[in-house]
Amino acid sequence: MQLSTKHLLGIKNLSSQDISLILSTAEQFKEVLQRPVKKVPSLREVTIVNLFYENSTRTRISFELAEKRLSADTINFAASSSSAAKGETLLDTVNNILSMKVDMVVMRHSASGAPHFLAEHIPAAIINAGDGINEHPTQALLDAFSIQEKTGSLKGRKVAIIGDIMHSRVAQSNIYLLKKMGAEVVVCGPPTLIPKHIANALGVAVSYNIKETLAWCDVANVLRIQLERQNQVLFSSLREYSIAYGINRQLLDSLHKEIVIMHPGPINRGVELDSDVADSKQSIILQQVENGVAVRMAVLYLLSGRTAQA
Amino acid sequence: MKIQINNQSLLSIIDQLANELIAAYPDTSNTVLVGIQQGGVVVSSLIDKAIRSKISDPRSGHMPFEHGQLDITFYRDDVRNKILAPDTMHLPFSIEGKTVILVDDVLFTGRTIKAALDALFDYGRPDRVKLCVLVDRPEHRQFPIQADHKGQVIKAQRSDKLKLRVNEQGQAELLLLSE
Repeated sequence: MQLSTKHLLGIKNLSSQDISLILSTAEQFKEVLQRPVKKVPSLREVTIVNLFYENSTRTRISFELAEKRLSADTINFAASSSSAAKGETLLDTVNNILSMKVDMVVMRHSASGAPHFLAEHIPAAIINAGDGINEHPTQALLDAFSIQEKTGSLKGRKVAIIGDIMHSRVAQSNIYLLKKMGAEVVVCGPPTLIPKHIANALGVAVSYNIKETLAWCDVANVLRIQLERQNQVLFSSLREYSIAYGINRQLLDSLHKEIVIMHPGPINRGVELDSDVADSKQSIILQQVENGVAVRMAVLYLLSGRTAQA
Repeated sequence: MKIQINNQSLLSIIDQLANELIAAYPDTSNTVLVGIQQGGVVVSSLIDKAIRSKISDPRSGHMPFEHGQLDITFYRDDVRNKILAPDTMHLPFSIEGKTVILVDDVLFTGRTIKAALDALFDYGRPDRVKLCVLVDRPEHRQFPIQADHKGQVIKAQRSDKLKLRVNEQGQAELLLLSE
């Protein structure tokens, strides 16, 4: 069984079989990560460049670790300290790197569609590590893996995605994935942060009431309020957001059932999540991070074969 | 395609291998049986079952070996040519300082066993590793690897494939596939 695609640009163009294959392969890599030697020789002759045009801690470390655990050679590139700052175009930068015999590109960019553009112009396999407000496919895959691990399956699972849906590539990738795998999805947040036609376009339900949403769901994936968007007057203040949509212990206790709390990080403590929720045993936030390495190993492994033929 | 070893003959080979292993490894607490995915796991499960039925009498003084499964997908030397989905890995015990009996269905070029040794040593440092196979095809070996316990030697063309399968009745049999 193989993936139907040469690149991982988004969840949108994956089939449900592709997603199942990635998740089941990730299970085996998770087993590798529990061993005394947490490393396999599979990608020994593969070189991977991590091209980060936008800041990242978790995703970047996670990819780098995944590459090392697969025995690949890695190069790290941060736009701020490179010739991109001298005005070199994206395509020139990448072609220069590829001429040094690099096989795969992991890329984060602030422009939506940047990895799709690259995929049309270069032979290497490309993995999207987040592009603008479009997609963040490996985050959605690790979220799905974590939900499956915690609750048994994705099919029929009720998942709420809460917060800034409008600007979130994590939300978009999660919605695509959860719908393909048969989960039910509700998005919840202030009307200014939820795209107007999302219900029709992506087949999700919309709620503006946090308490009702939490009472309905099995899993709440709470997104970061992007502080950099505060000046765009989408909501009046962080304090007001926290009062209306923040999740605290009192709110969770009032549900009389235990739901799973997820967050892609970094958390704004006291804004979207209170500390006693983020650090509680209902929260699987750190498991998400742990699973991220196994899921990224699976993606890199499954896409690596195509480079040899390219 | 023809059936090279039918289920009945296969089970009698398994029975003979089980007897051989019981006699050769009396220190059961320090010996583990590890099948290589996928055919080897079928064979090791049958051997495990045969050993358990033989020693059900507590007076035999023999205990069953601990039994695990090894997947070598990530260790194959042809991994780049064809990306294969991995199978289940299950070694729920330490192999440190133990005698590991690796079990496979067919010993052919030796590449699988080489990969299995690489995989095994990422789990710990066994005292010694023994190899037990249902069928040996010694004339096609590409590595200096020999079986310690073998059920049957089969001569066939280099291009012929021997494949273990479990039929609809749940019975294992060995098929010969000629080009």
